Amino acid sequence: MHPVIEALLHTAPVLTDGAWGTQMQQRGLPIGAPPDPWNLDWPDRVQEVAAAYVAAGAQIILTNTFGASSVLLDRHALADRAVEINRAGAAISRAAAGNRAKVFGSIGPTGKLPSVGDIDADLLYAAFSQQAAALAEGGVDGFVIETMCDLAEAVAAVRAAHRIGLPIVACLTYGAGQAGARTVMGTTPEQAATALHEAGADIVGANCGQGPADMAMVIERLHAASGRPVWAKANAGLPRIVDGVAVYDVTPETFAAAMAQLPAVGAGFLGGCCGTAPEFIQRLAERIVKGEH
Amino acid sequence: MADLQALYTAVLEGNKNLAAETTREALDEGANPEELLQKYMIPAMDEVGRLFEENEYFVPELLISARAMKAALEYIRPKLAETGAKPIGKVVIGTVRGDLHDIGKNLVAAMLEGGGFEVIDLGVDVSPEKFIDAAREQGAQVIAMSALLTTTMPGMKSTVEALTNAGLKGSVRTMIGGAPVTQRYADDIGADAFSDNASGAVRIARQLVGA
Repeated sequence: MHPVIEALLHTAPVLTDGAWGTQMQQRGLPIGAPPDPWNLDWPDRVQEVAAAYVAAGAQIILTNTFGASSVLLDRHALADRAVEINRAGAAISRAAAGNRAKVFGSIGPTGKLPSVGDIDADLLYAAFSQQAAALAEGGVDGFVIETMCDLAEAVAAVRAAHRIGLPIVACLTYGAGQAGARTVMGTTPEQAATALHEAGADIVGANCGQGPADMAMVIERLHAASGRPVWAKANAGLPRIVDGVAVYDVTPETFAAAMAQLPAVGAGFLGGCCGTAPEFIQRLAERIVKGEH
Repeated sequence: MADLQALYTAVLEGNKNLAAETTREALDEGANPEELLQKYMIPAMDEVGRLFEENEYFVPELLISARAMKAALEYIRPKLAETGAKPIGKVVIGTVRGDLHDIGKNLVAAMLEGGGFEVIDLGVDVSPEKFIDAAREQGAQVIAMSALLTTTMPGMKSTVEALTNAGLKGSVRTMIGGAPVTQRYADDIGADAFSDNASGAVRIARQLVGA
């Protein structure tokens, strides 16, 4: 295991951050607009989000680069700015974190499924290599490959990031199949753990999905297959739409209580995904400090 | 003689080349295109849908079967057109305004085609006006909308409203789906139907067109 990860795990569970996109929308990001270019256009606002998670108690914060692969940016005709968007995203989180938190660069899916031939493997690998290198230049301490549903895509991203030598966390999104323990592509936690570790991931995990309680079984299976503490970032349940706005019924308190159950089944890193905010992380931090897990 | 059971199996197992080849051979031998479609290909896709809902098949299996179906349809369609046979319905499909996610939408489009529909795919970031203009111009009975983001879901509501304002509500039915979309949301905005998966989408589309 990478020494950076080992050091962090001395005080497990390690607290990570929550959702970013909705935080930026609260700061004026138009609906439907990609968040990643804000690293160049509104770095102060992005840094506010990062700083809010550090203040909430996150020991690892991510970067506003989830959708910043050149493949995905190409949808917005911004592929040629991928390097500077990633570099800036890393630098912004780095500045917000100071020496209070580690910064792991977020790498999300490209929107293409390589395992069914949507995208050429070399092109995909090149895009992830470029993104990982730019994040490293911007000063990240590691990488989080997240919200992947196609194992082949996650493996490509892990391989691309692995060359850099920083620690790598690799997460898929589960929720399909019986008991929601497969990805929509049919991958099991065991298959994912094996392939992602083989590709060079230090830690495997799960993010997004229906909520902390539904995630427990996947975390347990990932932990058994991986033999290592697992990364877990759950959604605040599924949203209802009220007057055109997504409302999550899970409160910061209930979210924190449910997340605090996950270390018992093998989670070593805890955080939030869709529907969460700094307040959720703060509640979770309070519980962890009190040892309520 | 072409082995028509092999056509069924080829679609079921996603063997694109075999599906296309068997279809071509059967048509050369004078097989009725409507019969190939109704007796072998659509039942195979229905079985694919069933296996998906039973958690035997996942997205990759769905996609390769849909591709095999599409390859066979390339031969069937021109012949069907000659006989004047009509598809069971026309669906205009797209991802709503502000949303660029197309994996789910493409999957539903492929399954609808496999289920015997003519599908007009408007792509992503589709405005209410574009949905309605296309439905009107193409004479579609159904508008199918997809969204991945909670923030873009209101585009579904706008489209249903625009349909009402255009006086087409009722004659053009709406169906919606996507990760954050629920039956409750469909009820709230007055969409006619909802499915949480691509296979169910075929079933509800058939209900909507009375097929």
